[in-house]
Amino acid sequence: MIGATWRRWTVGANGRPALVALFVRNRLAAFGLAIVATFVVLALATPILPLPDPDLTDLANRLKPPLSVDAPLGTDHLGRDMLARLMWGTRVSLAVGLVATLVAALVGSTIGIVAGYRGGRVDNVMMRGIDMLMAFPYMLLALAIVAVLGPGLLNALFAIAIVNIPFFARNVRGVTLGIAAQEFVAAGRMSGLGPVRILYSELLPNVMPVIVITMSTTVGWMILETAGLSFLGLGAQPPQADLGSMLGDGRKLIIVAPHVATIPGLVIFVLVMGINLFGDGIRDVLDPRLRSGALTRPSAATAVARDRRLPEPAPDRADTVLDEAVLDVRGLRTGFHIGGEIYRAVEDVDFVVHAGECLGIVGESGSGKSVTALSLARLVATPPGRIDGGRILFRGTDLVDAPLDELRAVRGEDIAYVFQDPQTTLHPLFPIGEQLAEAIRVHHDLPAAAARARAISLLDKVGIANPSERARAYPHQLSGGMRQRVGIAMALANRPELIIADEPTTALDVTIQAQVLRLLDDLRREEGSALLFITHDFGVVSTICDRVLVMYAGRIVEAGATDALLTDPRHPYTRRLIDCVPRLGDAAQAIDAIPGLPPAANRLPRGCAFAERCDRRTAACEVDEIPLRPIGGARAVRCLHPVAADTR
Amino acid sequence: MQAYLVRRILMTIPVLLGISVIVFLIMALIPGDPAMAILGSYATPENLARLRADLGLDKPLAARYLTWIGNLFQGDLGRSYSLNRPVLDEVLDRFGATLILATSALALCSIFGIIAGIVSAVRQYGWADKILTLLVLVGISTPSFWLGLVLALFFAVKLGWFPASGMYAVYGGGGLVDLLRHLVLPAITLSVVATGVVARLTRSSVLEVMRQDYVRTARAKGVDERRVIYRHVFRAAFVNIVPVIGIQAGFVLGGAVYIETVFQWPGIGRMLVGAISTRDILLVQGGVLLVAAFYVFVNLLVDAAQHGLDPRIKS
Repeated sequence: MIGATWRRWTVGANGRPALVALFVRNRLAAFGLAIVATFVVLALATPILPLPDPDLTDLANRLKPPLSVDAPLGTDHLGRDMLARLMWGTRVSLAVGLVATLVAALVGSTIGIVAGYRGGRVDNVMMRGIDMLMAFPYMLLALAIVAVLGPGLLNALFAIAIVNIPFFARNVRGVTLGIAAQEFVAAGRMSGLGPVRILYSELLPNVMPVIVITMSTTVGWMILETAGLSFLGLGAQPPQADLGSMLGDGRKLIIVAPHVATIPGLVIFVLVMGINLFGDGIRDVLDPRLRSGALTRPSAATAVARDRRLPEPAPDRADTVLDEAVLDVRGLRTGFHIGGEIYRAVEDVDFVVHAGECLGIVGESGSGKSVTALSLARLVATPPGRIDGGRILFRGTDLVDAPLDELRAVRGEDIAYVFQDPQTTLHPLFPIGEQLAEAIRVHHDLPAAAARARAISLLDKVGIANPSERARAYPHQLSGGMRQRVGIAMALANRPELIIADEPTTALDVTIQAQVLRLLDDLRREEGSALLFITHDFGVVSTICDRVLVMYAGRIVEAGATDALLTDPRHPYTRRLIDCVPRLGDAAQAIDAIPGLPPAANRLPRGCAFAERCDRRTAACEVDEIPLRPIGGARAVRCLHPVAADTR
Repeated sequence: MQAYLVRRILMTIPVLLGISVIVFLIMALIPGDPAMAILGSYATPENLARLRADLGLDKPLAARYLTWIGNLFQGDLGRSYSLNRPVLDEVLDRFGATLILATSALALCSIFGIIAGIVSAVRQYGWADKILTLLVLVGISTPSFWLGLVLALFFAVKLGWFPASGMYAVYGGGGLVDLLRHLVLPAITLSVVATGVVARLTRSSVLEVMRQDYVRTARAKGVDERRVIYRHVFRAAFVNIVPVIGIQAGFVLGGAVYIETVFQWPGIGRMLVGAISTRDILLVQGGVLLVAAFYVFVNLLVDAAQHGLDPRIKS
């Protein structure tokens, strides 16, 4: 029984590391927790500890320095024992800070939940009120409230609680709004659950993390601010003392007896720091955005494994004519290293792009085609991406181990990209003309005016009307199709030898897709650039690609000239994939999806990755790695039992 | 931009009215009888009644508010009984000192907070990041009133580098150099917590932007890493940092209360603490109203700045 409970806390559901495990990993948070726990234990134990009376004055022994015989921390100006006063004062400060937090959390969360759940007028009135509170500088409002209520510890507590209410109300309202709109709440409402039941069963469990996070950020402030009010003489009144009022008393003696003021301050500091450390830990656990590691800095180029696996020299490949090759990729491997596991996105990929040709890479999402494309200029984000093997030969130099400066000289100048979603891939805060001009000036020493003129002519070239006017527009002022035209203009800016287009039309309207595709193909032909075209769409492939590679689970499974491959696919996967494409005017065609799913990238099988879904599978398929074998006519297939020619 | 500014300025009117109502209500709801407070507990009932009528306390709340705000528009915030001086004069005199202190602290926290945040983000998990993260944690956990005492003890009393209190030297003081010497310790003390907050937010904001697709685009163009960070990343992160600096302005204006008390800075915060102790309600009212109104103006500036920085904001 106890074991099961314990496991629930340590292992957690759905394999996610649970609270305890995260705290163990986050040593600073554990340290903060230790500090807070120590304070709480000492505060609770203070009445039973053998301490002198904190209020006992002894003028004969006043202002004794710390480490005196019977006063370890010295005495204050009335001869009272500092250690005892400190312990009792900490008790007060801690209690006041915690109670203020609870009051603020209770009132603020209630306001937030009611406003978020009821919405409409109630929400409007309540939130305008909260806005009014936030219109005041934080401490100023607390002062005004104390001015009304009069000095005193309880009044200081209320003042601090009130000024913190808006933080809870706002955060909780935001989350409640989101939840209240969701289906399960509507379903609950419909099935006749009363608002109180909905609150307890649906809202509170979801809102709780936000309340806890807000508490963890505000409790430290509240202890600081209540101590601050006491310091100003507006909080605890003598003979009662908290850490703040002790500090305030000691202020006048700062030169004669610095310990009287500095020690209470130090205690506040350590306590608040412990709380903040612990609070940061709580936030890391409860805030899903932080947990997913979204806040790690990607490096300027994909990292390369030190023991990168190198391909055998001089591969004898049927489709290789090396002098014409713009890009020669050999044995490329890219993996994502996440939490001790390796997700193999690209496995031993070999291909060559010839000057001026258009090579397509086709595959489902997750097949590794986009990662392959990004790997070529080492644009896969690290962490978690890493190139684990292979060479990327561009004009004879290996980009995988090229120094960053060399790589940068190639990026945008010789190898340019067109990305999928121009909504997110253009900088939202710079005019498009400026972004184009930058692409040119990064590589060419050109006066600003000349770069600008060239940018405008590029915009004109990609069919944007009024280019000199549009150059001043920001991306959000253009339509999706326009933005992708800008993306194409940017890729063409330096007449690169190779353009890598990663699903450039996927995010666009179907009617715009064809236009943009035609534009890209025409212009790159004009400039004599080769094109590596990544897509999941065989229709697009047949329109513009000379040759095609089909990828599955990180590997190339079939390669060949577009026409031959499309009319006569040899790999069972390619064949199924082509069968999935609906043909116009063939109403009888049965579209059957391929049963099953691709294997997980962190658990790739040893043999053929498609075997599990394949109806031609034999025992041999799953034994060993299957090579990509040439089958004549510049074609290759990675299959032991390829589909025979024209058996359809 | 102009249309936006006009609209935004008009929007401050209800906020200012709301603030005036809250300030008025807070003070009107104070328990106890102001007439009694002024005349003392031995006053005769007739005198009390006459004073109440003079002060307008016998009228309904709404009427009192209208009278009060009417006077306010004529620059009449009443008379401070403890100083025997018009509240407006006193408040305006004091406000200048607070403004100098708060502006300096805000400048310090913006400069050092942003620099620390960028360095921390760029060197994520490196030594510089670890040290800065620790410093930030120490900064936001420090009680500023205590830090002020410690700095004064060390740099003023022990080392004698800076004066420990006041705004100008009592004898032969005056002039910019004297002011700056007096400003150093209070401004630094006031800026510490805010610097930590700005640094934290800058770090996370820069890291977040660094993951955006358009930063990858900049790298794909061959832009060098320095320019990627200082132009592409920072420009986008700055849009998120500006409102945080605005919030810090509020914290600094309020936190000045402690610093002015510790360093005997003749600002509005110290005046308020004194006025609360002597229960000089009109003075508290005037001070709170002025600082709150000023904060509304600061928020206006922040919104305008953000509007100028981010072309996507339309309304």
